[in-house]
Amino acid sequence: MNRKLLLALGLSMLLSGGAAAQEINIGFTMGTTGPGASLGIHYKNAFQLFPKTLGGQPVKYIMLEDATDATIAAKNARKLISEDKVDAIMGSVSVPSTTQVALIANETKTPMIALSPVALPPDKLEWVFVVPQPVPLMMSAIVEHMKTHNVKTWGYIGFTDSWGDLVLKATEKFTGPDGMKLVASERYARADTSVTGQVLKIIAANPDAVVVGGSGTGGALPHLALVERNYKKQIYHNFGTVNREFIKVGGKAVEGAIASTGPLIVFEELPASNPIKAVATDFVTRYEAKFGAGSRNAFAGYSYDGFLLLNAAVPEAMKKAKPGTPEFRVALRDALESVKNLVGTHGVYNMTAKDHTGLDARARVLVHVQDGAWRLMK
Amino acid sequence: MTIDIALWLAQDAVTNGAVYVLLAIALVLVYTVTRVIFVPQGEFISFAALSLATLQDGKLPGTVYLLVGGGILVAIVDVIAAIRDKTMHRLPRILIVNVALPFLVAALAWWTAPQTNSLLLQILVTFAIITPLGPIVYRLAFQPIANASILVLLIIAVAVHYVLTGMGLVFFGGEGLRSRPFLDITFPVGVLNVSAQSLWIVFTSLALIAALWFVFERTLYGKALRATAINRIGARLVGIPARFSGQLSFTLAAFIGAASGILISPTTTIYYDTGFIISLKGFVGAIIGGMTSYPLAALGSIFVGFLESYSSFWASAFKESIVFTLVIPVLLWRSLTSPHVEEDEEQ
Repeated sequence: MNRKLLLALGLSMLLSGGAAAQEINIGFTMGTTGPGASLGIHYKNAFQLFPKTLGGQPVKYIMLEDATDATIAAKNARKLISEDKVDAIMGSVSVPSTTQVALIANETKTPMIALSPVALPPDKLEWVFVVPQPVPLMMSAIVEHMKTHNVKTWGYIGFTDSWGDLVLKATEKFTGPDGMKLVASERYARADTSVTGQVLKIIAANPDAVVVGGSGTGGALPHLALVERNYKKQIYHNFGTVNREFIKVGGKAVEGAIASTGPLIVFEELPASNPIKAVATDFVTRYEAKFGAGSRNAFAGYSYDGFLLLNAAVPEAMKKAKPGTPEFRVALRDALESVKNLVGTHGVYNMTAKDHTGLDARARVLVHVQDGAWRLMK
Repeated sequence: MTIDIALWLAQDAVTNGAVYVLLAIALVLVYTVTRVIFVPQGEFISFAALSLATLQDGKLPGTVYLLVGGGILVAIVDVIAAIRDKTMHRLPRILIVNVALPFLVAALAWWTAPQTNSLLLQILVTFAIITPLGPIVYRLAFQPIANASILVLLIIAVAVHYVLTGMGLVFFGGEGLRSRPFLDITFPVGVLNVSAQSLWIVFTSLALIAALWFVFERTLYGKALRATAINRIGARLVGIPARFSGQLSFTLAAFIGAASGILISPTTTIYYDTGFIISLKGFVGAIIGGMTSYPLAALGSIFVGFLESYSSFWASAFKESIVFTLVIPVLLWRSLTSPHVEEDEEQ
């Protein structure tokens, strides 16, 4: 009798002890294999630098692999939400995967930090907060540069996937009103062994500039082919291409390439007055200490900015409810929506009910390849 | 389209087509001898191209560990078999071939890695690393089930493809690599600028085809392979072991894969998973040849090269769809015209 009582007491203490610690569970689905592997590995690496607490509370990150497959990402999201009862979910690597997870986050009323752009209208983003810069924001910087350099006609060559579509649409959104004409629009795949056909067509149209809609080292193939065929005018890239591997593969031929990117890539060259400089310096220094000099990239920065957003929102939510409850998830969503002037590695986040990205022009800089490295354009 | 552009595209088509021809030949060879539709053929391309690029960076490619690890696994399997059959005299040979040789290649690669300027040495080491992977894959994945149905062999081949792709990601990371050109010069020919690299590709392919023809027509090993392809039971009756033909065909396939990888690595960016798409195009070429005829497979591959090149000019967004849709009419035509053969059941 006594024994049973003791056991029951002990059990109830254990259970209440578990609740008293108020551990926060964050689900994370990422593709570190499959087509998105080169980006997914960076997203995941950043988690090794996160502290053990989130907004002052102990935190557990539950990480699942989705192999850049939207179906697996959706399955992971369901599992994280229904079995692990996560308080918020982060992910994933590609637009289709992230979009699937976002749909489930909305349906189950779970706050989500989207780590890649999402292909959903703003009214479907009630529970979703998007860390990366919207593609139009980034491409507008490129179009402004084209405008100041009297570009009248431009050619496009991008991936035959949703990324190629996003970059093309975002660029056209600004070139149309500015009277620049798209004279050749071509597509290629990352695994193509040659883009001769596409490049010949672009050169036949002879545009004043070419915009490349690839990512990472995939952006080098059309650039090299254009240079090989003596295309002497400006070639622009997008923010998915800005990493050191692109320059390694492209070599001398990509000197002078222009792209827009987040400020953390060139944090050393930012003016001291820029608030982003301090946050980016701290993060990139620690990241490169762990993963090697020159390993900086935009994607690890997105993970870190996602962490910073949650870190800022959790103390607010803790005032209203306990982690693990639906009330806490509502409170966390409301707190994320009211984040103001949060300085991340990519920009300054000001969330509103209408804008769940919250970034402005401070989240983009123009960079160019100079002497084998990405440098800030003055 | 002007004549100039048509010529440029034709040049591109021939260069790419030459690589597809090599792959189609390797696929037909493996299929006719072992009935395996060799999906992982593309991995040899990626592994060879990435190993060469890694060596040029002065680093030891991860494929070396695959070679040594695979060799040890094969040795374990063979030693167990030898003990079970009580044929202990085979042990020294097993250990030398499967353990000592891979370690020797690994040591050679380790010694070569810092000598970033010796292209010839790097190419030889790449061949030495990649070619033995063929028989290793055969011994571990296919030899134990050599008599299974074509479908089972295909499923195993897909599994091997995923395993090797995953290893490629671990060894080389997600970003692509490109190796330095053998000779960085171009020759003006009329309106064209022919690069030395594309000449390398075309002439090496031609030389390899000639060498294969010689092997099949003039050597005992080649004739043994042909005999197995024509009738496996008959070949076994006259003393050609199926195991031997299988190993030989996989070795040749890995060698051809390594050669293709080394040839294209200076002309494009290769990722850990690029080889699969390239070999799929060789596969389309092989299907046009009915998976059994070398000349038809070669013609089919050249056709794929032309189709790809011209469709990338006219409708680049649909290029892959156009190339792969080609399989459907070809299969329809073949299944209507060729007599249906029941898969021969053995034993």
